[in-house]
Amino acid sequence: MSELRVKISGFGGQGIILSAFILGKAASIYDQQHSSMTQAYGPEARGGACSSQVVISSDNVEYPLVDTADVLIAMSQEGYDTFLPILKKGGILLYDIDLVEKLQCHKDIIAKGIPATRLAEELGKKIVANIVMLGFAAKQAKIVSPKAMQEAIADSVPRKFTELNMRAFQAGYDYNKEQE
Amino acid sequence: MFQKSRLHGEFFMQGDIACAEGALAAGCRFFGGYPITPASEIAERMAYRLPLLQGVFIQYEDEIASMAGILGASWAGVKSMTATSGPGISLMTENIGLGMMMEAPCVVVNVQRGGPSTGLPTSWAQSDMMQARWGSHGDYGSISLVPNSPQEFFDLTVTAFNFSEKYRLPVFIMADALVGHMTEKVVIPPVEELEIINRKYTNKKTEDYLPYDYGKDLIPDFAKAGDGYRYHTTGLTHDKRGYPDMTFECQNELVPRLVNKIKNHIDDISLTEEYDIEGADVIVISYGITSRTVLPAITMAKKKGIKVGYLRLKTVWPFPEEKIRKLSEKVAGFVVPEMNLGQISLEVERCAHNDSIVKLVPHPGGAIHKFEDVLHAIEEVAHGK
Repeated sequence: MSELRVKISGFGGQGIILSAFILGKAASIYDQQHSSMTQAYGPEARGGACSSQVVISSDNVEYPLVDTADVLIAMSQEGYDTFLPILKKGGILLYDIDLVEKLQCHKDIIAKGIPATRLAEELGKKIVANIVMLGFAAKQAKIVSPKAMQEAIADSVPRKFTELNMRAFQAGYDYNKEQE
Repeated sequence: MFQKSRLHGEFFMQGDIACAEGALAAGCRFFGGYPITPASEIAERMAYRLPLLQGVFIQYEDEIASMAGILGASWAGVKSMTATSGPGISLMTENIGLGMMMEAPCVVVNVQRGGPSTGLPTSWAQSDMMQARWGSHGDYGSISLVPNSPQEFFDLTVTAFNFSEKYRLPVFIMADALVGHMTEKVVIPPVEELEIINRKYTNKKTEDYLPYDYGKDLIPDFAKAGDGYRYHTTGLTHDKRGYPDMTFECQNELVPRLVNKIKNHIDDISLTEEYDIEGADVIVISYGITSRTVLPAITMAKKKGIKVGYLRLKTVWPFPEEKIRKLSEKVAGFVVPEMNLGQISLEVERCAHNDSIVKLVPHPGGAIHKFEDVLHAIEEVAHGK
């Protein structure tokens, strides 16, 4: 049985929960795997700390929480600071380089940054930063197949924004540091 | 995304949404409620879906009225439901008692959060388990089903409606915030593949019908509203006509019947999942989300050579007394991890044989059990402590 545990963290309003929903859907509906997605948030609707987690498995997911992560996606400094300690040795950290500025020593992990929010703004809407990040994750962490992720995105966002979200996914997928 | 019919197929679906879809699949066409985290998504989904299915959604002024509303709908012949969390259940409790006395089929969902009072709005617990059994005053039998996944939240909602229709009472679904807000694959079968039970209507002539007359199964038959039958119901102790009769004789016929109509059918109502029970030294008894969070500890205990069995209660009420009694004769003891400070463990203690150990692993809610705590308890029981 292979299992992958993903933690996504940021602020309320950034689409942290939607990202996990899309990821879980891509895995369980389009990649024929099993997945379980859970979320944690405070009473605030926006701005408060927010995290979501997905367990992707070749078999039924028994234990649904992420106490130790194989992949950590950080969309805020607070999310990075809180959850970096649960990232496993050899785990992959994906972070927004404009939102996570104070980096700790990254020993024994693979850290990859992307200006996800900035790229989203360049595409015309800051709100798709989470989708840019999912594109980046599909490429860099190979969490699920890009096709499954694209299908899950198309299925989960309002139809009139499908094209924008697809461009956001592609921007994240194609991003490499040398572009900077 | 939304369709004008019942859904079927595979979905990546949140537990709360799956509950709403289970209700619709079971034939629920009335929802009365008041939003509360972590149960609001059930109301939200029902508000959208019910009108598409010619059903009715009402957001009431509070939970007291919501519960009264679903009793009224039930009495008019419609399958009805409400969904709330602990603080809402506290308000509904008076009318839940009325539902027990009237024998009104309906489903009450409690997506449990931490308490007491407003407690932990966005986090989970399992601390309303005794409230579900004993919340309202007076004696009555009750049914509580506890799901541990979105799929099971769908499945058990269908079952809850079936039990409520069959045994004529408000049935509780005791979910929790973690299962309610968890999203997993949910397979919804075509409606013709689901077993749906509807309330039994009388075939007596209007002049022969008594609303609270009953047969061997202790469950009265309904009469359809508008078909010309005389009907009377009340929260007071009542005779077979449904008229108040506050004599000892009447009380002694009615109240034991309310208890026994559930007790006598425990084999039908009691749903469990078990494995490795045969030859086990220690049995871990769990329910709801805890049945999943304890799995790593069980796996670890097995690696250490301890014979651990797993018993999960999908039906917590009525409590499987006989089952626990029999199992207790063969094992060193039970470990009962639950997200409260000791509720169902008391029931296990009550039923377990004197020589067997019952060890509670308490948790106040808001997080999950530490794996070491559960493992430690298993080890202690295995070593006869």
